[in-house]
Amino acid sequence: MSFIDRTARSFLLAELVSGMALTLKYMFKPKVTLNYPYEKGPLSPRFRGEHALRRYPNGEERCIACKLCEAICPAQAITIEVEPRDDGSRRTTRYDIDMTKCIYCGFCEEACPVDAIVEGPNFEFATENREELLYDKDKLLENGERWEAELAARLEADAPYR
Amino acid sequence: MELLWDGYIEPLVWIVAKILAIVVPLLVAVAYLTYAERKVIGAIQLRKGPNVVGPFGLLQPLADGLKLFLKETIIPTSANKGVFIIAPMLTFILAIIAWAVIPFDEGMVLADLNVGILYLFAISSLGVYGIVMAGWASNSKYAFLGALRSGAQMVSYEISIGLIIISVLLTTGSLNLSDIVRGQIGGVWEWNFIYHFPMFIVFIVSILAETNRAPFDLPEAEAELVSGYNVDYSAMTFALFFLGEYANMILMSGLCAVLFLGGWTAPLPFLDFIPGAIWFILKICFVLFIFLWVRATFPRYRYDQLMRLGWKIFLPLSFAWVMLVATFLVVFDKVPA
Repeated sequence: MSFIDRTARSFLLAELVSGMALTLKYMFKPKVTLNYPYEKGPLSPRFRGEHALRRYPNGEERCIACKLCEAICPAQAITIEVEPRDDGSRRTTRYDIDMTKCIYCGFCEEACPVDAIVEGPNFEFATENREELLYDKDKLLENGERWEAELAARLEADAPYR
Repeated sequence: MELLWDGYIEPLVWIVAKILAIVVPLLVAVAYLTYAERKVIGAIQLRKGPNVVGPFGLLQPLADGLKLFLKETIIPTSANKGVFIIAPMLTFILAIIAWAVIPFDEGMVLADLNVGILYLFAISSLGVYGIVMAGWASNSKYAFLGALRSGAQMVSYEISIGLIIISVLLTTGSLNLSDIVRGQIGGVWEWNFIYHFPMFIVFIVSILAETNRAPFDLPEAEAELVSGYNVDYSAMTFALFFLGEYANMILMSGLCAVLFLGGWTAPLPFLDFIPGAIWFILKICFVLFIFLWVRATFPRYRYDQLMRLGWKIFLPLSFAWVMLVATFLVVFDKVPA
């Protein structure tokens, strides 16, 4: 009996027909495509994208030049130079991140005692040449200004889990 | 002078006009078949397919064509230049000239040959030459293996296609494609696929193999052969292979429509008011959809399975069917005059 059953199935192309019925059914299901440059997927508050240096609401730089980020950076992408400022506070004169070396591990963000260096939600910072990826302090502070609203919201959203 | 005009030039102009009236829409159809393929397969895989160039991505085929047209034609140094250049041209020309005998509507046929089906069969058999020449002239092992596979595959499946065509011819009694269609006038129950249903299925599978389409796309199996006989081709030479392959798909769909789906005839008699050409195009689209649907559904066959299917299953099956049909016609005295 099983022989007849098997032969009948193979001659009636049962598997092929059921496979084609399945693909036809899928053809009318809603598409899952995300129109990428126009639509974007959700990002976690912990997403590690482009770096930024933040300021306090009064405009003072957060960074106190403790160099913990430089010390922990496993790719040694961060270079910091320090001098006391005129008012005696400790500030960086140079804060460079080589984005071509950075591995986006987020250790700098974790090491920072004052939430100065953070990795933001931006991942679309491709450039036309290598040199543009060697970020200096101005560029990082500018990023901080540009993304401050989102950065603060993300830090707050993630704070209960830290 | 008058003789020259009436006897030679005027008919020539007419024929050229007719040829253009077939070839230009055909090339547009080929372009939009690639678009339809990407859309259908995209939909089956829950994707959207091309949707950026133009509304709904409708200009995508033009963009692709332009890209291929503007690229550099690279001829490998070790290639046999003459054959290398001729091969894609041959493939393309053979895919186009076969359309001469396809009837689009009652009387709408470029050459109403009495041996139309033989002509068509001969042309589609020649198609293998383009591929074998390409594989040989490229002087590369991938292209060569792809061409060998393709040649063996097309020859194998042509035999069962020939036998299937014979069983249709036996019931129609004519080699003329228009007569084959006329024999199916009267509605869907007169169409050949009802009487020859097993052969209809075998024919569909065989034309998949004949046009090197999935799941029988072994000649261009990316996994092992990079892309088969056309690895070394670029720009327009590649585009000609591509156009030829898709024009062949449309041709085989047209042949399927003529042989089994009643050509230009309406499926129900009261739908006769719709022009026959539209029915014919709809039927071609239906068969083409099957091509795309199958491609999105089945994985590629292994080479020995392909050969087994062709020689051990389809060949005996179609041969038995020819015998059956012939016996039936003789015993019940229904042999067409």
